[in-house]
Amino acid sequence: MKAKVYVTIKENVLDPQGNAVQGALHSLGFGEVAKVRIGKFMEVELDTADRGQAERQLKEMCEKLLANTVVEDYRFELEG
Amino acid sequence: MNFAVLVFPGSNCDIDMFKAVEDTVGEPVEYVWHTATDLSSYDVILVPGGFSYGDYLRCGAIARFAPVMAELKKAAEAGKFVLGVCNGFQILTEAGLLPGALIRNNSLKFRCHPVDLKVENNITPFTNAYAPGETIRIPIAHGEGNYVCDAETLARLKTNNQVVFRYQGDNPNGSVDNIAGVCNERGNVVGMMPHPERAVSELLGSSDGARMFTSVLNVFLSRVEPSAVNGARAH
Repeated sequence: MKAKVYVTIKENVLDPQGNAVQGALHSLGFGEVAKVRIGKFMEVELDTADRGQAERQLKEMCEKLLANTVVEDYRFELEG
Repeated sequence: MNFAVLVFPGSNCDIDMFKAVEDTVGEPVEYVWHTATDLSSYDVILVPGGFSYGDYLRCGAIARFAPVMAELKKAAEAGKFVLGVCNGFQILTEAGLLPGALIRNNSLKFRCHPVDLKVENNITPFTNAYAPGETIRIPIAHGEGNYVCDAETLARLKTNNQVVFRYQGDNPNGSVDNIAGVCNERGNVVGMMPHPERAVSELLGSSDGARMFTSVLNVFLSRVEPSAVNGARAH
C-alpha cells in the first residue's frame, strides 16, 4: 500500500523559505502571489494490505519522526 | 569528573568540545560513539555541533533515535549534567529533553560570527560562574537557529527561569524573544546555539565560553567535596 505524507509548517510559525520564494515570484512578475508556504511531501510504501493498520502506523511515524509537531502539521493519504 | 563528548556521523565540533574540556578544566574526557549503550561512567555529557546524519529530514531528527540517546535520557533524568551546543541543541529539542524547536534563520543565511549574549540564568550548573545579566561574547555558526515555541511554552520558560541566554543587540536568526539558549525545568539540561567551546582562549577572540566548563566542574566539586569550590582543589 502506498501513502502520501504531507508535512507543513504550522500556520502560526514563520516560514522564511516560503517568504523568500514569494519574493522571487513577485520579482518574476507574479504580483498576485499573496502567500507561499513550503512543506515536505513524502511517498511511503507499506508492506501491508490492512488499511487500519497502515493508518495507525503512519500516524505513529509522523508523530515520532516525519513531522516535528512543535512546528509542523502533517496529514496523509492512503492509495489503493 | 568525567566528561563524555557524544559523536554522531556528521558531528564536526566534537574535537573542539573535547579540547575545550582539556584546556579549561583538564578533567578526564572521552569521545562516545552514537552506538554506545552505557553512559553510567560519565558525570557530564556534551552533545556537540555539526550536521548529524546530514541533517536529513530536520536537524537532529534522526540523531534523536541513535542508541546512545536512550542512555542520554536516562542520564538527564538521573540529574547528570547535559549540554547541547548548536546541532546538539537541535538534537535535545527533537528528543524532547528541551522544549521548543529550531527552524531556518529568518535571513535564510548561515550566520557565522561572534555575538553578544546576556546571561539570563546563572543558576544552571553550566552558568554559575557568570554574573546575572553579564554580557559575554561567543561565536555562532548556524543556518537553523531560529528558536520557536508556542506562547504557552514561552510563558512557562519565563516563569521557570528557563531562558539561559538571550542575544543582545542584533538577533541573528529571528529567534522568539531573542532566545539563544534554554534549560529544562530542573536546570541540569542546557541547550544553546552559540559555541562556548570555540571561545575558550583570547587567541580565539574570546575566552568567555571557558566558564561554562569551570561552572559545571565547580558544581560537581561542591557536591562531592563541598569544601573544594572555585578551583580550590589541586589538580
